Amino acid sequence: MSIVRERVTAGPAVAVTRDRPWRLRYLLWTVGGAVAVVALTYALPPFRTYQLATIGAYLCVTAGLTVLTGLNGQLSLGHGALMATGAYTVALLQDKLAGRGQWTLLVSVLAAIALTTVVGAVVGLAAARLRGPYLAGLTLAVAVVVPAITSTFDETFNSDQGLSVVLDPPPGTISVERWQAWLCWAGALVTMLALAVLVRGRFGREMRAVRDDETAARLAGVGVARTQVLTFVVSAACAGLGGALVAVLAQSVSPGAFPLTLSLFLVMAIVIGGLGSLAGAFWGAVLLVALPALAHSVTEGIDAQRLEGNLPLALFGVTLVVVMLAAPGGIASLNPLKLLRRKA
Amino acid sequence: MDRFVFLTFDGLGRGAVYAAFALALVLIWRATRIVNFAQGAMAVATAYAGYSVSSATGSYWLGFGVAIAAGLVLGAVTERVVMRFVDHSSPLNGVVVALGLVLVIQGVLGMIYGNEYRPAGAPFSRDAFEVGGVALLSRFDLFVFAAVAVVVVLLALLFTRTAIGLRMRASAFAPDVSRLLGVNVGGMLTLGWALAAAVGSLAGMLVLPTELGLHPNAMDIVFVSSFTAAVVGGLDSAVGSVAGGLIVGLLLSYVSGYLGATVAPIAVLVLLVVVLLGRPGGLFSRSAARTV
Repeated sequence: MSIVRERVTAGPAVAVTRDRPWRLRYLLWTVGGAVAVVALTYALPPFRTYQLATIGAYLCVTAGLTVLTGLNGQLSLGHGALMATGAYTVALLQDKLAGRGQWTLLVSVLAAIALTTVVGAVVGLAAARLRGPYLAGLTLAVAVVVPAITSTFDETFNSDQGLSVVLDPPPGTISVERWQAWLCWAGALVTMLALAVLVRGRFGREMRAVRDDETAARLAGVGVARTQVLTFVVSAACAGLGGALVAVLAQSVSPGAFPLTLSLFLVMAIVIGGLGSLAGAFWGAVLLVALPALAHSVTEGIDAQRLEGNLPLALFGVTLVVVMLAAPGGIASLNPLKLLRRKA
Repeated sequence: MDRFVFLTFDGLGRGAVYAAFALALVLIWRATRIVNFAQGAMAVATAYAGYSVSSATGSYWLGFGVAIAAGLVLGAVTERVVMRFVDHSSPLNGVVVALGLVLVIQGVLGMIYGNEYRPAGAPFSRDAFEVGGVALLSRFDLFVFAAVAVVVVLLALLFTRTAIGLRMRASAFAPDVSRLLGVNVGGMLTLGWALAAAVGSLAGMLVLPTELGLHPNAMDIVFVSSFTAAVVGGLDSAVGSVAGGLIVGLLLSYVSGYLGATVAPIAVLVLLVVVLLGRPGGLFSRSAARTV
């Protein structure tokens, strides 16, 4: 039964198996993840906790992007710009609202998601009419335009200097890093749960149908453009949340924090993790934090300033090319348990 | 009025460079259905090589030649070592691999040369001649026009008048049939990439002196502008890409001149959106049968 169904939904997507209590499983994963994060924040030193928080913030974005690119076939190079939209919204709102309690942060983050959703809808409407390289080029232009917008409207965005994000101190005796990690992972786990449920349902099947064959999807009664725009909007909302959390982490926003390279890194992360797989999005987010840290520790010993930021760049690039040519399924396809199961 | 005339000539100068760069994109698109997103980074890499040779030997023209030759080599190597092995079942794969190359090239350039702007000298004066008190063109602008015109004419002759050009068009149009007829299709692809990368290098050498200088990211905006130029003209049309380049150059020049330089990238984005939504096949496309 389950074997037949898996063949029908070929590709990296989740197999449609109704006979397992998947709702319970997702809930357990989420609760387990939350417990693990809280435990880690008490076990790890502050800097590691901060890195853990960063993984959570990136996970929101990579999860949304992998659904868009892997499951719906739309490549976006503009997710860095969408993150910037979320981050700037938080900075501007916190400037007005901060000092009244923790609830203001929730309001700012929700507003950031809402605004990014609107921006995503605009880009998505254009994107739904575009294919392959045209879409990539358009979103690339969106990513490149961020510094130009911040300098054109410098009274609001303060040009290259950027804005600082005013935050209320964490409640009680919780340390700042721990609080940040909790916030980021709350966002990440909610995103993962929502996306997992979404891609498993009817909408997820429509996304994959559109990716695999637009004509067949349309003949089967799937609204191709509607599905594409909606997927882009969902993905943009995730990017807005991720950007908002990055702003909370860095406590400042500037165009330099959202360069074109960031958008390329995000694509790299989901490709290496495994396109279309939420587990792959997690591995991608881990890589986004781990590889620069690794490169930093390598270059620390030798006095080479030029290597510092550029070594991870080159490493990422080489990995991306090699993975694309050799193992297009990414890390998620290298799951040893799955390989064993297949042999058995 | 004086300002308008000056901006027009300035725009045509920029536009000529965008035209050359867009032409390089179109060359590869027509041959392989890949938009070479790494072309900006490749052009910067060859420009670094050229300026290293120039500063070592003191001769600009030696460096210029080295940059173009490096473009030929880099293009051929990229095709033979990387692009040939890309799985073409999804159009995303080529784009993603090209983006990986961007990261590699920018990372390696940053490691060798550092991430600060380096001056990029021009072989001719960039002071404009004045005609009746109106600043028109500089010697460098004339050099840009001449270089781009020579390249366009040479490419047109190559593709329409020579046997090898015919083989290149045949392998792009019908690879399997061409292979049966004895055309070395793989070799033609390599040659196409080499030519395109060399044209990209030329465009890089022409545009860098007018911008902030050499930097691993120096061509990012140029790439977006040129991609827009190629789309405006239609990715399938070589003539269109030249016209598109001039249109984008003029637009950028007027927008920076009248509204401020920071608005220019926004204008490019707006133009790209308008063209893609209005005439996705480019301004010069004939109406084609709609694919569902």
